[in-house]
Amino acid sequence: MEKIEMKRRDFVKVLGLASGGLLFGCNVSADKVVVNTLENGISFVPNLFIQLQKDGKLTIVVARSEMGQGIRTSMASAIAEDLEADWKYVTVQQATGDSKFGNQNTDGSRSIRTLLKPMRKMGAMARTILEQAAAKKWNIPVSNCKAENHFVKNSTTGEEIFFGDLVEEAKTIAIPSDENIILKDKKEFKYIGKKVIRGIDMEDFLHGKANYGLDARLPNMKFASIARSPVTFGSVKSYDTSETVEIDGVEQVVQLDRLIPPAGQFFGMLGGVAVIANNTWSAFQGKNNLNIEWESGLNKTYDSEKFKEKLIGRIQNKSKVVPPFKGNVDKAFENADKVIEATYTMPHLVHAPMEVPNALAWVRDGKCDVWAPVQDPQTVRAEIAHFFGFAIEDITINVMMLGGAFGRKSKSDFVVEAVALSQKINAPVQVVWTREDDIQHSFYHAQNAQYLKGSLDKKGKVTGWLHRVAFPSITSSFKPMSNYIAGFELGMGFTNNPYDIENIQIENAKAESHLRIGWLRSVSNIISGFGINSFVDELAMVSGKDAIDFRLDLLGKDKAPTEKSPHPFNVARLKNVLLEAKKLSKWGRELPEGHGLGVAIHYSFYSYVATVVEVSVKSEKVKVENIYSVLDCGMYVNRDAVINQMEGAAIFGMSITMFGKISTKDGVVEQSNFHDYQMTRMIDAPNIHVHLVDNEEDPTGVGEPGVPPVSAAITNAIFNASGKRVRSLPLSDHGMV
Amino acid sequence: MQTLTINGQDYQVDAPESMPLLWAIRDLIGLTGTKFGCGVAQCGACSIMIDGAVVRSCSTMVSQAIGKNITTIEGTSASLEALRQAWRNNSVPQCGYCQSGQLISAAELLDTNNNPTDEDIDNAMSGNICRCGTYVRIKKAIKEAVELKKQV
Repeated sequence: MEKIEMKRRDFVKVLGLASGGLLFGCNVSADKVVVNTLENGISFVPNLFIQLQKDGKLTIVVARSEMGQGIRTSMASAIAEDLEADWKYVTVQQATGDSKFGNQNTDGSRSIRTLLKPMRKMGAMARTILEQAAAKKWNIPVSNCKAENHFVKNSTTGEEIFFGDLVEEAKTIAIPSDENIILKDKKEFKYIGKKVIRGIDMEDFLHGKANYGLDARLPNMKFASIARSPVTFGSVKSYDTSETVEIDGVEQVVQLDRLIPPAGQFFGMLGGVAVIANNTWSAFQGKNNLNIEWESGLNKTYDSEKFKEKLIGRIQNKSKVVPPFKGNVDKAFENADKVIEATYTMPHLVHAPMEVPNALAWVRDGKCDVWAPVQDPQTVRAEIAHFFGFAIEDITINVMMLGGAFGRKSKSDFVVEAVALSQKINAPVQVVWTREDDIQHSFYHAQNAQYLKGSLDKKGKVTGWLHRVAFPSITSSFKPMSNYIAGFELGMGFTNNPYDIENIQIENAKAESHLRIGWLRSVSNIISGFGINSFVDELAMVSGKDAIDFRLDLLGKDKAPTEKSPHPFNVARLKNVLLEAKKLSKWGRELPEGHGLGVAIHYSFYSYVATVVEVSVKSEKVKVENIYSVLDCGMYVNRDAVINQMEGAAIFGMSITMFGKISTKDGVVEQSNFHDYQMTRMIDAPNIHVHLVDNEEDPTGVGEPGVPPVSAAITNAIFNASGKRVRSLPLSDHGMV
Repeated sequence: MQTLTINGQDYQVDAPESMPLLWAIRDLIGLTGTKFGCGVAQCGACSIMIDGAVVRSCSTMVSQAIGKNITTIEGTSASLEALRQAWRNNSVPQCGYCQSGQLISAAELLDTNNNPTDEDIDNAMSGNICRCGTYVRIKKAIKEAVELKKQV
């Protein structure tokens, strides 16, 4: 960790805060949360900051990226809670990418999970100091001083003093010891777990004032559009710019070589031919008018339909067995009353956030400034240092608002492009991807195939479970020839299958990558969620049991959690969400003609979700009528934002199930825009009913866990409605949408 | 030089002949509330109003707006204000990026229909994609805005 010898004024400057006021810091990454004021000597490395000014303004430095999950609001409200702040004084300051802020990687549904406790502690400490300052000012015992809504109240006289008026006094107060920093009781919460809170960015959203990456502007900036090889990792053989330079506004054409990242880290860039113009439109037009001959390279034979058949073939045969091993599946199958097997497939997917990838970079005087919508600004900074040789402190990553991300904006190839161009043309330049670029040159969610085989005894109890899976691994983007699934991917639902089955075997078959593979909201949980929930449904049908009762049986008895984890898996919580979903959906009710109910459960990012879907099937066309989702994410901060995430996850999962498909022919992605990579629209949107489980557990993931159960809940509902079992997605492949 | 009237204010622009309004508004005039999403009138992020009718500015030529009144998300109207209030009440946005276009499409609906049915809302709003999936809230907020507007 870097050694901090900064003074208070340096922090104020680096953080972009106003001078004056009271500054608090907290260290999140240490085992023990350390909180302090930064008024005098700093004896620790702070990475979470708040400032209270004399006018009462409370600024929270948010070092996580805002991409629709509402993190700026949630972090601010968590601190405001224990500080007893009045929400009207609360503002946030977005941090630049800097290791000073600890882990900033906004990914893996982890921000609140890792930050809630330290944020609350920092708020509580600031409150304690303000109460002590008031006690000193009034010369009364601190026990008679109680902070409430931005004032400290004298409980004897009823007199009040404004937080802002305590700033100077507070600077003289010694840091309270840990045992004197007391978190608020849950019963007194005003913000945490509550429904109504004005989103920090709401007014900006409503007036078009929110600054996304694409809205970054500098005087005399240029705009660039890049033609990239249609086949992944192809290169430019030759190009003709004659029809490009005729375009009004086009200024120059620059060739970019591919930058290959070192093994194990970074993203590099694809390279290609960049058109520089004085506006975005001219750059787009100029790019369209380029005549480029490409050297397609090794991936030109990639045909995703043929590859699907190849994967299906591979998983029919015994493959690499991966731990954990349990019992003996072969014996279980031999001794079974019934054995059933099924193969499931899903295609590649792409994130397609509404805001396309983009970045503005300005390289000058040995320094590099970037304005971009990025999920992981520190990696971007390190990547720029690696490829372009700047000292890390000469690189500034200004994190803009993200117009959606879903994992795409963790991969900062678009920033590398902007920096390379700015360096070449010696001017500030914004690289703007077209939607076609976004759909055709992404880091794709992996096409996959799964084979499941299960055995039932005479009583309909599951005795054996074999799960073979194949998909190109995310690691292939960091290490060529990584043809097997990584442990972290298998850990997303495959090897941590929640069911209590005596004999389990997980196998992984080979899958090469021919596109850049990346993570997309909930990652390989999408795959395991579909395969396992579909197959359990098939087992339930064969056994003749109710789909929910069957799952409850299969989950087994409640057990004390044994996993070595900050949030060990607890089967009782998974059963509970299933029972809650049963209640919420009125499972078992009489349904209109052609309607069906389907259920799925999934545990991911330490959270527990059960989803029930009601569909109607008429003339083979599927309409999703209702989605009922229950989430147990432990303690949550912004109730309404969590519900919004679950609603959004339902729609995201629907898009995957109904339409989600990226296919390739001759190595080229066949889809190009929203007409052929379709999204769920208002007209298809079902009613969505969300229930949050209230408990005292530690906070766990919210942004992603809602997605994995949706696909199988839909296809299980289709089976319930029509008797048709859909084992390959999307539904549009079957003419069902 | 052409003159564009946006939210009641005149702007002089020197736009290349084929440039769609979206880029004149964003890159030449500097009003960045109107968003680029697809460039082919598929997603609605770039929705604006010309003389009260919604168009996709990514696929509308600058020449089509000369001498007309353009309304963007930076503008205001009775319908827009009612919608904004309803959007606040229902905490509609997630990432917020598509919401400019959603609000503009909804404003046209409220301007032209005092009592939209669910089907009217679906028809008016299905040209606007929200990748975050806030449709349930948008629909609820539109219904609420209809009532709010009646109270004014």
